[in-house]
Amino acid sequence: MCGIAGLIHRGKSSNVGSELQGMLQALKHRGEDSTGYALYGDTDGKNFIMRFKVGENVGEGSSSVMEDVSVYDDRKKIVDQTLAEMGAKVVKEERTLPYSLRYELDYNVKDLLEFSQRIESIHGVEILSMGKSLEVIKDLGNAKMVCDRYSLDKVVGTHAIGHARMATESGVDIKSAHPFWGYPFSDVSVVHNGQLTNYWNNRRVLENKGMRFMSECDSELIAVYIAEKMRDGATLEEGMKASLTGLDGVFTYFVATKDSLGMAKDTMAAKPLVLYESDDLVAMGSEEIAIRSVLPQEIDTYDPFDGEVKVWQI
Amino acid sequence: MANLKTVSKKSKAQSMGMHTEVLTGRTQQKFFNPDEAENFYYFGTYDVDFNKRTDLDVKDMTAPEANKEIDNLMSQGYGTIVIKNPQGKHSLGVGILNKLNLIFEGSLGYFGMGSCDGPIVRINGRVGWSCAENLMAGKVVIEKNAGSCFGAAIRGGDLICKGSVGARTGIDMKGGTIIIGGDAGAFTGFMMQRGRIIILGDVGINLGDSMYDGTIFVGGEIGSYGSDAVDAELTSSDQDWLKRKLRVAEIGENFDVSKMKKIVAGKKLWNYDNLEPTEKKGAI
Repeated sequence: MCGIAGLIHRGKSSNVGSELQGMLQALKHRGEDSTGYALYGDTDGKNFIMRFKVGENVGEGSSSVMEDVSVYDDRKKIVDQTLAEMGAKVVKEERTLPYSLRYELDYNVKDLLEFSQRIESIHGVEILSMGKSLEVIKDLGNAKMVCDRYSLDKVVGTHAIGHARMATESGVDIKSAHPFWGYPFSDVSVVHNGQLTNYWNNRRVLENKGMRFMSECDSELIAVYIAEKMRDGATLEEGMKASLTGLDGVFTYFVATKDSLGMAKDTMAAKPLVLYESDDLVAMGSEEIAIRSVLPQEIDTYDPFDGEVKVWQI
Repeated sequence: MANLKTVSKKSKAQSMGMHTEVLTGRTQQKFFNPDEAENFYYFGTYDVDFNKRTDLDVKDMTAPEANKEIDNLMSQGYGTIVIKNPQGKHSLGVGILNKLNLIFEGSLGYFGMGSCDGPIVRINGRVGWSCAENLMAGKVVIEKNAGSCFGAAIRGGDLICKGSVGARTGIDMKGGTIIIGGDAGAFTGFMMQRGRIIILGDVGINLGDSMYDGTIFVGGEIGSYGSDAVDAELTSSDQDWLKRKLRVAEIGENFDVSKMKKIVAGKKLWNYDNLEPTEKKGAI
């Protein structure tokens, strides 16, 4: 059991970091092994923002192997060197935690595949997100703990999705935590609640087509599946509709891009989702109490039906 | 009652491949006697006065605290309780085995009004998954929409949603009536065993899948029929019953029930022996 939440403001920005924190904290009883945020912040759109990790959180409850902290610095140096070789200039650098970094990059390229492959070829390095608006922040603990650790409550933007995880299919670590970046597409992220039963079959097919998997978490398949559809020219909505038959199992998931937010529900409607929709705000979550954290007044909400796909623009 | 301890292990039942374990302990049986009706009551129920009314603001309460306070108010004789600010909390109003007028001024989360027997409830909002699960008797009215597993395993009472409901409505229901003013999701009436479901709007795929018995009435379009769910003739007595039920439910009073579809179990999936367990017992 995991919890997912998302919201999109239409025609305006808001404090999405704080709002999503409230929504995910309301869902913490659905799992607090890890919590992740995909925030679409207000930026000037000039630079890429790369969130990446050079190691795992090996704190209490983690399933990761302890490493000497010095290897983080070594890996960071290799990342810096590789970026310089590719002509990517680091405009701003933040190191929130020893293993977690945020770079703003002056880098003018459309195809992020080669870029990502080179960075991730460095042992122990994983790009959590890459985009001109998207930032994926995920770590062990509940929503408030992660929000406080990364100071997310001040982030202003248009939309966001997040995930409160109870680890069932894979380890308690950052690489298995949601959201997943829609590698190698700029500004695409996914969160998922459910289980996919044809994970390995799909993974083999997609890997043969050159797609990359960083974890053994079945939810990552959704991000890769949709990314592959988009690579072949499908729109986000077309990719999501294809997933209803291409993915087997029970699922409700959200996908976000730079200017849109979508939801899909499997054909058995086995996983919960409550949705609130108005002219200027869409808020949704695994339970109504998530929506109530941002809209405490009485509102009209509903459960989307089986096999339903919806996409909203900012 | 036969003393089960004295039954030989080599009994006919065992030779037929039935139970092999030796049962121990006491068998308790209680039979209802109308003359002793006044002595029959649930533990923890109260005499309440419907004219004695109070409000309860649960904004800063957890669900157990709110439920305990409802119980406390009933113990003081309050027969009408208005719950303010439920704010989508889970498991509110569960386990009420009392006659009671309960009004929620707002929406409930999951498992609201579960395992109840007797209260008349009006929810001026929406409900989450598994509303009124295992309802035994009473009436629960939801003014807006409802989530999945609405009325799961109910045995009696009326459960009314004026909006639309999610998937698996009436799953495993064993009695009672569920009335939906809007649409219903997939697998409505899944494995239902008795009771009736009325849907005025459309319904999703696999309607009445693997239903044992019971009846489903649909006013709109049907996504698809589930395994062993078949059409049946809508009789005039069905129509009379539907009109009466919709009128009492304050929903769809002008709905043309003559055009509704009636779905029942085809009973092709039934896999019972020729003898029911009680009949087998008599044959031993």
